[in-house]
Amino acid sequence: MTDYIIRRLLYALPLLLGINVLTFVLFFVVNTPKDMARMHLGQKHVTPEAMEKWKHERGYDQPLFWNDEAEGATKVTQTIFVQKSLGLFLFRFGRSDAGRDIGADIGQRMWPSLAIAIPSLIVGLAVHIGFALLLVFFRLTYLEFWGVALCVALMSISTLFYIIGGQFLIGKLLQLTPISGYDTGWNAVRFIILPVAIGMVSGLGSGVRWYRTLFLEEVEKDYVRTARAKGLSEARVLFFHVLKNAMIPILTGVVVVLPLLFTGSLITESFFAIPGLGSYTIDAINQQDFAIVRSMVFLGSVLYILGLLLTDISYTLVDPRVKLS
Amino acid sequence: MTSDVVTPLLSVADLRVAFRQGPEWVPAVAGVSFEIGKGECFALVGESGSGKSVTALSVLRLLPQNGRIQAGRVVLDGADVFAVSERDMGSIRGGKIGIVFQDPMTSLNPVLTIGQQIAETLMLHRHLKGAALRRRSMELLEQVGLPHPDRHLSEYPHQLSGGMRQRVMIALALAGEPALLIADEPTTALDVTLQAQVLDLLRRLRKETGMALWLITHDFGTVAEVADRIAVMRAGVLVETSGPEFFDGPQHVYSRELLNAMPRLGACLQRESPEEERSFPGQPLLEVEDFKVYYPVRQGVFQRTVDHVRAVDGVTFRVERGETLALVGESGCGKTTLGKALLNLIPATAGEVRLDGVSISNATLGVRHKAQAELQIVFQDPYSSMNPRMIVGDILEEGLRAQRPRMAPAERRERIETLLLAVGLPVSARSRYPHEFSGGQRQRLCIARALAVEPRLIVCDEPTSALDVSVQAQVIRLLKELQDRHGLSYLFITHDLAVVSELADRVAVMHSGKMVEMGPTRQVLFNPKNAYTRRLLDALPSLHKGHGRRVGP
Amino acid sequence: MPVLLPTDVLFLLLLLGLSALLVYTVRQEHLRRPWRSVMRSRSAMISLVILLAYLLIAILDSIRVPASVNGPGSSGAAPIGEPVTLLDVGLTAIRDAQEKTYSAPLAVVAHAREMTRQADGREVWAYPRLQYGGRHLADPDREHADDLLRRALLGLAAGLAGWGVLMVFIALAVARSPNGFVDFLRSACHSDSEFPWRAVLLTLLLICVMAGVLAALSQEYHVLGTGKVGEDVLYQSLKSIRTGVLIGTLTTVATLPLALVLGILAGYYRGWVDDVIQYLYTTLNSVPGVLLIAAAMLVMQSYMAKHEAEFASLATRADFRLLALCLILGMTSWTGLCRLLRAETLKLRELEYVQAARVLGVSQGMILFRHILPNLFHLVLISVALDFSSLVLAEAVLSYVNIGVDPSTESWGNMINGARLEMAREPVVWWSLASAFVFMFALVLPANLFADAVRDAFDPRRSG
Repeated sequence: MTDYIIRRLLYALPLLLGINVLTFVLFFVVNTPKDMARMHLGQKHVTPEAMEKWKHERGYDQPLFWNDEAEGATKVTQTIFVQKSLGLFLFRFGRSDAGRDIGADIGQRMWPSLAIAIPSLIVGLAVHIGFALLLVFFRLTYLEFWGVALCVALMSISTLFYIIGGQFLIGKLLQLTPISGYDTGWNAVRFIILPVAIGMVSGLGSGVRWYRTLFLEEVEKDYVRTARAKGLSEARVLFFHVLKNAMIPILTGVVVVLPLLFTGSLITESFFAIPGLGSYTIDAINQQDFAIVRSMVFLGSVLYILGLLLTDISYTLVDPRVKLS
Repeated sequence: MTSDVVTPLLSVADLRVAFRQGPEWVPAVAGVSFEIGKGECFALVGESGSGKSVTALSVLRLLPQNGRIQAGRVVLDGADVFAVSERDMGSIRGGKIGIVFQDPMTSLNPVLTIGQQIAETLMLHRHLKGAALRRRSMELLEQVGLPHPDRHLSEYPHQLSGGMRQRVMIALALAGEPALLIADEPTTALDVTLQAQVLDLLRRLRKETGMALWLITHDFGTVAEVADRIAVMRAGVLVETSGPEFFDGPQHVYSRELLNAMPRLGACLQRESPEEERSFPGQPLLEVEDFKVYYPVRQGVFQRTVDHVRAVDGVTFRVERGETLALVGESGCGKTTLGKALLNLIPATAGEVRLDGVSISNATLGVRHKAQAELQIVFQDPYSSMNPRMIVGDILEEGLRAQRPRMAPAERRERIETLLLAVGLPVSARSRYPHEFSGGQRQRLCIARALAVEPRLIVCDEPTSALDVSVQAQVIRLLKELQDRHGLSYLFITHDLAVVSELADRVAVMHSGKMVEMGPTRQVLFNPKNAYTRRLLDALPSLHKGHGRRVGP
Repeated sequence: MPVLLPTDVLFLLLLLGLSALLVYTVRQEHLRRPWRSVMRSRSAMISLVILLAYLLIAILDSIRVPASVNGPGSSGAAPIGEPVTLLDVGLTAIRDAQEKTYSAPLAVVAHAREMTRQADGREVWAYPRLQYGGRHLADPDREHADDLLRRALLGLAAGLAGWGVLMVFIALAVARSPNGFVDFLRSACHSDSEFPWRAVLLTLLLICVMAGVLAALSQEYHVLGTGKVGEDVLYQSLKSIRTGVLIGTLTTVATLPLALVLGILAGYYRGWVDDVIQYLYTTLNSVPGVLLIAAAMLVMQSYMAKHEAEFASLATRADFRLLALCLILGMTSWTGLCRLLRAETLKLRELEYVQAARVLGVSQGMILFRHILPNLFHLVLISVALDFSSLVLAEAVLSYVNIGVDPSTESWGNMINGARLEMAREPVVWWSLASAFVFMFALVLPANLFADAVRDAFDPRRSG
């Protein structure tokens, strides 16, 4: 097992390097620091001195790859690539273009993201799987037909409408919970209820359909026939035999997204004014703060690769047929 | 003869079952009636599609979604099965009637241990718990002949071999202590030595528990030694029901056909030209020397090769012009790997292959390309060996187009028509799709496809294993005809020794990647020198061993 | 001289290509069977009718005509010199009727009170009359309801008439003989044919009637109200159709070739080719989607800023941004399909008839073309159908984050974005949002239903 983990970690290195190069190209090569400076300071009437000053403040005045003026090893290290991009590997996020310490901000803002994301995941899983099982249990009845039709209809509504509608209905009309905002500690609970509930409803259509497909695939298999032939009730066959087998793809599907919970949902946090990493990213995009966007891209990628690794490991834990080779 | 019963255990009267296909109902069982007495062994024999499995599933009311029992009455121990509520069926299924399905790998739940799966039945039907439960589980596993019951209880299905899994299935069916055990093709998916063991087991269990056994199969051989009564089914109806005198001479024409079509071990004794008289002049067509196919086993962080799986471990043989060499062995012995590696479908690790004296294993691309047409293949599964989206004409022409790109379309067409006639199919077949043909006809098309490029040796990879017995005989006859007419050689890969007897001049027996015996058919089948060969022959059901006994006109 | 924007050209080319592909598939027997079962599904056919209606509007909105075709007196929402489309010509009535600010659907007065000058010169704090909406009414309080009813009935009649004409055309096209005509009508009424004619014709009736009523009412009213700067909401919604449809379809042009080529190569050749391609798409996949799109759009924006001269007019700028969005969305979403195709190719490679082809000496290229590719067709089709709706929905979200289409382009995302904050107002301005919602839902739901029917028909496990 440890061999496998080590091998996967080694494989992750070229991936991370590739991501680094990709973001570097996107952020610095196509869009040179000169262009960035110009965009920030306004398009016209920008003096070269102002641009140089702006670049120097943020460390963008160094050459991209190769520093002719430096000596020895610093030819390579005193470049933007090494300073800015490779620095990310050490989680040295540096300072944002507006001057704040990115690392500290990330550390502080990830907690609200988690506070929303984890309950959403748990509630969502429980409700969606529950409904899907019910639909499969009532196979070939009108209940199933209308249930599936409802799922397709729910799936066809944009998330934005769920959020706006939910905020309007529950927040404004019924005034059950605050529309948006956040608080520290246990007070946060009132602010979390609405986003979690809306998240669960907006994902209901596609989630129930997805799990239903998984369950239906399992129900067709031979071992289900054997279970029935043993005299077991349909409920036991479904809720024990089928569910246990279907949990394998479900669980691995969940594990893959676990690390990404840190980065939070961009839309949800923005609409509900949650000070998490999602809104952090959106604000950075709106303000065209490249430093933050760069850092978030790298963080997101690392977490994604971590998710892939965890998925493979979880497979071995949940599925007795899989042996890591 | 039959057991002495007054009231039968199970009586089926005028059962009719149909399946929905699109807007229509297609009948699968069209009025079947029979009885099974207490403790009796009843065999239901028929080819694929005859409706025998459907009958069994109907008795248990386990039909798939699109099936419907349209009429009929099934009485089990005096109770009308079709009038029972779904809830009460739960006590009949597993409790009064147990069933063993064909494929043990997919029929067992892969994520539950053996112990858990047996415990379920014991808890439901025998209301056992705790220590008593565990004790009974171990007893059951011992009863079906598993050597280490305590270890197996905590193992998962995939950790056991095929034969062991089937035993577990039987144990599961026995756990409810049913009065009737249905075995639906219990040995079809197993190797011949395992087949014999499972049949023995069923026979022993019957004696020990006194339960009735309803055996469903397509193979008369498995039935001859166990059955008290036999029924032959065809297209949803029973054509004949009788006792063991059936094998001396069945009444119905169809039964006679089926029995005759069954390949027998003694066939080689009856062939017109015994091998001693067949000579194969000149150089051997194919010479294989020390052929090896190894798969690396990798371990560790850097996936270093620590060992090899020796699928084919140094095999040497030759095939003469116009000869049929049969390659026999059980699953996993490497015969299919060998066949595919000879054709370059799997890369070979070592060894030399010579075609007509010219080495083709390490040859240049040009030599290999020329040799490519000379060696062709016919696969086992007629349903997946042709592209369902191409018409037959294009399928047959594919090889021609690749090998002779400059051939005129008219000439190509003519050649295809000749081929179709040669395999016994009408010329009009060229504009139809594969799915419009039956399994046997598709296999003929595959043979025609291989013939199109004028090969000299055809590797036949279990070409008849997926076919019904009556069709098998036709295909074998076709192969023999073509061999006589065109001087073809065959490398005939199979696990069925009886088929070997019908067709092969020489036989090579493979085991764990090595050839353990090779020689003329008659000698290998009736005077084997190797212990493994002897084991294979012993495991054959006696009917198959019947020396040349053909039944009536 | 008609001006053609790049997106128009690509869109029309794509439609031509799709029609050609459709004709090709109808000729192949093994593809005809699944299509026939799709045609038998009632929900699929109703969805198809609705989708075709949307498509028609999108096509009309993609054919530009010279500005001089506009009638005189068109002050219009379109800036001077911007080319107008056929759709604009058809909607001239509501395009030019721009109010000052919000007004409710079918209203005669604006939404908020202002200081208005009365006829007798006094200034009163009241709801001002609209400039265009209901201006023909002398006494709105009494006449409003009657006028609405009258116009609605007129529209209904016009719709029915239009539907009647359509029916005749369809019957003539299908029947091909006088007897056939009567038979067709009869079978349509009793819905006993394979193709669900009754459902389709009823849907057409509904659409025609709605179009008729909307057209009649919008001559003098703003049927769905007006937005913040007074533009007619119905006009906005109809114009947004093109944006949504384009994003759903043009993106596939960018996705398909990449996914197909790389997926097949990776699955068929395996070895290092597979490793490289897997590395490529894992790397690309790890970057969070929204961020990648945002970064790419930022790059595009700075490109446009550098080459200001080329993007002189607002129209070309907005159009380029739409095109860039489609391409970027395509480049970032090919990985999903690629992975599917790779997995399927790995399986297909081991199929016996592919092995037989290798033994027969068929070249690699021919094997890929004749054996692998046709078997991947159903995956591509299903994927394209399913992606359409998610792309339309994604556009709304991207506009919210300001990395979607240009704010001057009409799109549902922009409508939502603009109207979002208005929900907090008193009294609530709900019609922009509701309109965007209804139009989006009416496109995405049929798309999902049709995609489902396609998947059920083409899934090889079910069609055997």
